[in-house]
Amino acid sequence: MTSSVATRPQQPPPARARSHRSIPARLLVAPSVILLVLWMVVPLAMAIWFAFQRYNLLIPDNREFVGFANFAYILTDPTLWISIGITMILVVSVLAITIGLGTVLAVLFNQEFPGRGVARVLAISPFFVMPTVSALIWKNMLMHPVNGLFAQITRGLGLGAIDWFADFPLLAIIIIVAWQWLPFSLLILLTAIQSLDTDQMEAARMDGASAMQLFRFVVLPHLNRAIAVVAMIETIFFLTIFAEIFVTTGGGPGLATTNLAYYIYLKALLEFDVGGASAGGLIAVVLANIVAIFLMRSVARNLDT
Amino acid sequence: MATKQSHRWWIPLLGWLVACLLFFPIFWMFITSFKTEVAAVATPPQLFFRPTLENYVAVQTRASYFNFAWNSVVISLGATILSLLLAIPAAYAMSFFPTKRTKSTLLWMLSTKMLPAVGVLVPIYILARETGLLDTRIGLVIIYTLINLPIVVWMIYSFFKEVPKEILEADRMDGASTYQELVHVLMPLALPGIFSTALLSIILSWNEAFWSLNLTTFDAAPLTAFIASFSSPQGLFWAKLSAASSMAIAPILIFGWVSQRQLVRGLTFGAVK
Repeated sequence: MTSSVATRPQQPPPARARSHRSIPARLLVAPSVILLVLWMVVPLAMAIWFAFQRYNLLIPDNREFVGFANFAYILTDPTLWISIGITMILVVSVLAITIGLGTVLAVLFNQEFPGRGVARVLAISPFFVMPTVSALIWKNMLMHPVNGLFAQITRGLGLGAIDWFADFPLLAIIIIVAWQWLPFSLLILLTAIQSLDTDQMEAARMDGASAMQLFRFVVLPHLNRAIAVVAMIETIFFLTIFAEIFVTTGGGPGLATTNLAYYIYLKALLEFDVGGASAGGLIAVVLANIVAIFLMRSVARNLDT
Repeated sequence: MATKQSHRWWIPLLGWLVACLLFFPIFWMFITSFKTEVAAVATPPQLFFRPTLENYVAVQTRASYFNFAWNSVVISLGATILSLLLAIPAAYAMSFFPTKRTKSTLLWMLSTKMLPAVGVLVPIYILARETGLLDTRIGLVIIYTLINLPIVVWMIYSFFKEVPKEILEADRMDGASTYQELVHVLMPLALPGIFSTALLSIILSWNEAFWSLNLTTFDAAPLTAFIASFSSPQGLFWAKLSAASSMAIAPILIFGWVSQRQLVRGLTFGAVK
């Protein structure tokens, strides 16, 4: 290392050479930046523009500026508040399951045991299954009230069968999404645990710390940041769970599984209410941004170290 | 924390139990794909049966399956190639010629990921309709490219950062142009990283199920949309659905197993290593 520094020619390079370099460098970044700016600005500007209009795709001629009428209409629509409530229930409960279980499983899979590599690969597999497939596996083959495996098992035990999507639709969605995302938190938290300092663990063990104490005072504090990152990334995805609901319950029965994303979808592509759906979309953007601010802050701290 | 082999007997037991429980739904679907339709819904459920390939044959003979699969391949490969073409030069410039604004540019790129898709569903739908991109593969390629671009730029940036600057400087002294430097020196060195970035982009595009469900009907519909079309009550086609699903997820499952390490880096934007 020292020799390479010693033989390097005079530092820093001449100013002319550097500016000569920086012009193409900027040109190389430009396409990505311009495309992403367009991707951010154009649809968002359109959404804001539409949100102030009465605009239904079925009667496109009857289009006029209506000020805040769409927001007034949407914000006084009880369905919106129900859907926000359902969104919150979904986000909080799936977060609790995936992070709680994920932490325990990460500790488990950090222990060495025969075939651990294969077991880990099996455990993280659900994350790679496309959402429509996993929703249908659960709906048809596991939770179906007549031929589903769960029903057959409980009936075999003489307990009768549960009609999951009629009686506990939201719980069914929570289970499906948790199954898909538990591997994600497991994978991230396991990676974080493996970067834990072995010496520190040994030292604590020498001092007579019990397994519980080790977990509580050494492992958990180390995982803090990873847990925060998992929580925030998952929140961004859980705010707009769509395919799982689309395939299984279609938002029902009634409004039992209509989350904010599904509500906007119903407004947009079934009622063709462009104005109302845009106003709802902007509410979703604001909600997501509140979460995003925290996420970006924690990523920024770690970038470029 | 690579501890010595644990002497607690229940740890391997518990580890395998958890792994099998989590994998069970996939295993069950896979098994079902080799049953006859009657056996698939039999009571009690059969674990041992005479396997048949008839579902795979049935799915294959439905020519439309291949249209959907082909759409998935074209869209995810197209989006991946396009985002690599955009991201590699950008990541090259940002990692080797950083300016004061490089870090904030990167963070801003990542922040575009935080825009919830549903918030811009209406504008994108209308834009696609007006430009004739609704239900076209090009439309989805453009959208997936833009969705994945921040992650792809970030991952390639982080791989380029690991290439020692001295190698490039030595080459520059020999009079290599920017293009030569990028293509002949840097790319071969960062190839494993670029490869795993491409895998992640393919996985994400293949499984994307918001835009594919909302912007396609038939012509450009990928496998996610095809599988979703089974959601209406067709209770007695479970075995065929399982065969179609098994084929739809198999390649991605393997990609995922191969790239699980890099995946952590890509999905958390490097916040967890």
